[in-house]
Amino acid sequence: MEQAEYQLIIVGGGPAGLTAGLYAARGRLRALLVEKGATGGQVLVTDWVDNYPGFVEGISGFGLMEKMTAHADRFGLEKKFANVTSLDLAGAVKTVRLEDGTTLTARTVILCTGARPSRLGVPGEQELVGRGVSYCATCDGPFYRDQEIAVVGGGNTAIQEALHLTKFARKVTVIHRRDELRATRILQEKAFANDRIHFLWNARVSEIMGGDSGVEGLRISHNDGTESTLAVTGIFIFIGVVPNNEVLPLDQLETDGSGFVVTDTEMRTNLAGVFAAGDIRSKNFRQIINAAGEGATAELSAEQYLGSQA
Amino acid sequence: MASEKVIHVSDSEFDTKVVGNELPCLVDFWAPWCGPCKAIGPVIDELAEEFDGRVQIAKMNVDDNPATPGKFGIRAIPTLILFKGGQVVDQITGAVGKPQLQDLIKKAL
Repeated sequence: MEQAEYQLIIVGGGPAGLTAGLYAARGRLRALLVEKGATGGQVLVTDWVDNYPGFVEGISGFGLMEKMTAHADRFGLEKKFANVTSLDLAGAVKTVRLEDGTTLTARTVILCTGARPSRLGVPGEQELVGRGVSYCATCDGPFYRDQEIAVVGGGNTAIQEALHLTKFARKVTVIHRRDELRATRILQEKAFANDRIHFLWNARVSEIMGGDSGVEGLRISHNDGTESTLAVTGIFIFIGVVPNNEVLPLDQLETDGSGFVVTDTEMRTNLAGVFAAGDIRSKNFRQIINAAGEGATAELSAEQYLGSQA
Repeated sequence: MASEKVIHVSDSEFDTKVVGNELPCLVDFWAPWCGPCKAIGPVIDELAEEFDGRVQIAKMNVDDNPATPGKFGIRAIPTLILFKGGQVVDQITGAVGKPQLQDLIKKAL
C-alpha cells in the first residue's frame, strides 16, 4: 500500500475537530489537526454557553473553547494553522493541499469544517458589514450603547444574542417572519420579560439603508403585504447557517440539498476512510454538545477503519 | 507568548506612534470582551516577529480609547487597519487567518 504521512487528518478545529483530536491523541494516532484561523470555531463568538453539561454555572464561549483546546494539547495533539485549498478523498491515500503549496497525505480524514451565519441577501447588507450589519453580538454589541438596534431571527441564537444586546442597546427589536419563536422555552420567557426587547412578528427585512456613517434604518415587508421602515443604527442577523464546504470535493462527497455532508450514525461519509462531524454534517440540530459527541464517534470510526485496513 | 515588538497605543499617542511612524503600521483594534480578538492575539504576536523592522504592529484597546475607533468609523472588532505615511492603505474586519493578514501587510511593503 502507498505510504501516507498521517493516519488521520482532521480538517477544522471547532468542538467537533478538537474532540476528534483529543481522542486521536489519546489513541496515539499519527494525527494532525488543520485549522485556518484559531481553534474554537463559531463558539468563539458565542457570548455565553449555558447548556454544556458539567459547567453548572455556564461558561463563556471563548472560555469553553480555550479549555477544549488545552485539553487536546494536554495529550500532544499536533496542530497546523493554514488554509486548506483542496482535498482529494477518493483513493486509499487522501491528500490535503494547503495554501502555502504543501501537500499532506493521510489514510483517513475527518471533515469538521463547520458552518457560518447565513446572509439575508438583501440590498445594503454586504456594503454595510462592519458598519452596522453584524453577525456577532459579543464582538460588536458594546458599540451600540444606548442605541436602537434590530435582531433578525427567532431561533436560539437570535434570542440568546438579543438578550445579550440588551446590556448595551436601549431598544432591541426582534424581527421574525413567523408569529412565534423557535427558541427554547427558557429563552423565550427571558425575552418576553425583558422590557428592552420588542417584537416585530410576521415581517422580513427587505433592505438595509445607510450612508457613510453606517446603518440608518431598515425597510420591512410585512406578511400582510404592507411595508414600513424602522430606524436603527445596527442590525444583527441570526437566521441559521450555511456549510463551509467550499474546499470539499463535492464531486466525490455526498451532500444534501443545502450542501451539508451526509453521514451514517457512525459519521461515515460515502467515501471509505472519510468521516464528518459537527455543523458540516447534514442533520437537524447544531449544538456544541453534539458536535463534540460526533467528533468522538468520527475518531473512533476512523480508528476502526484503520484497524480493518491493517 | 506576547511579543515585545507589539506596541500598545492610546488615543493621545495615535498621531505620534501610528500616523507619524516612519514604518507602515498595522493597528489591531480590540477589546478584552471580544472572543475573536483574543483568538487572533497569538497571530498578531507572530506577525510582529515576522515583520520586525519592516512594519510596526500595534494594538489599541477600544474600551480605553474611544476617540480613534470613532474617527475611523469602527463598529465591529477585531478590525485591523493598515497605515502607511499616516494614510489608510486597507483594512480587515473579523478573525481572519494568518495568510490573509500577511497579504494585508504586504500591501504596504
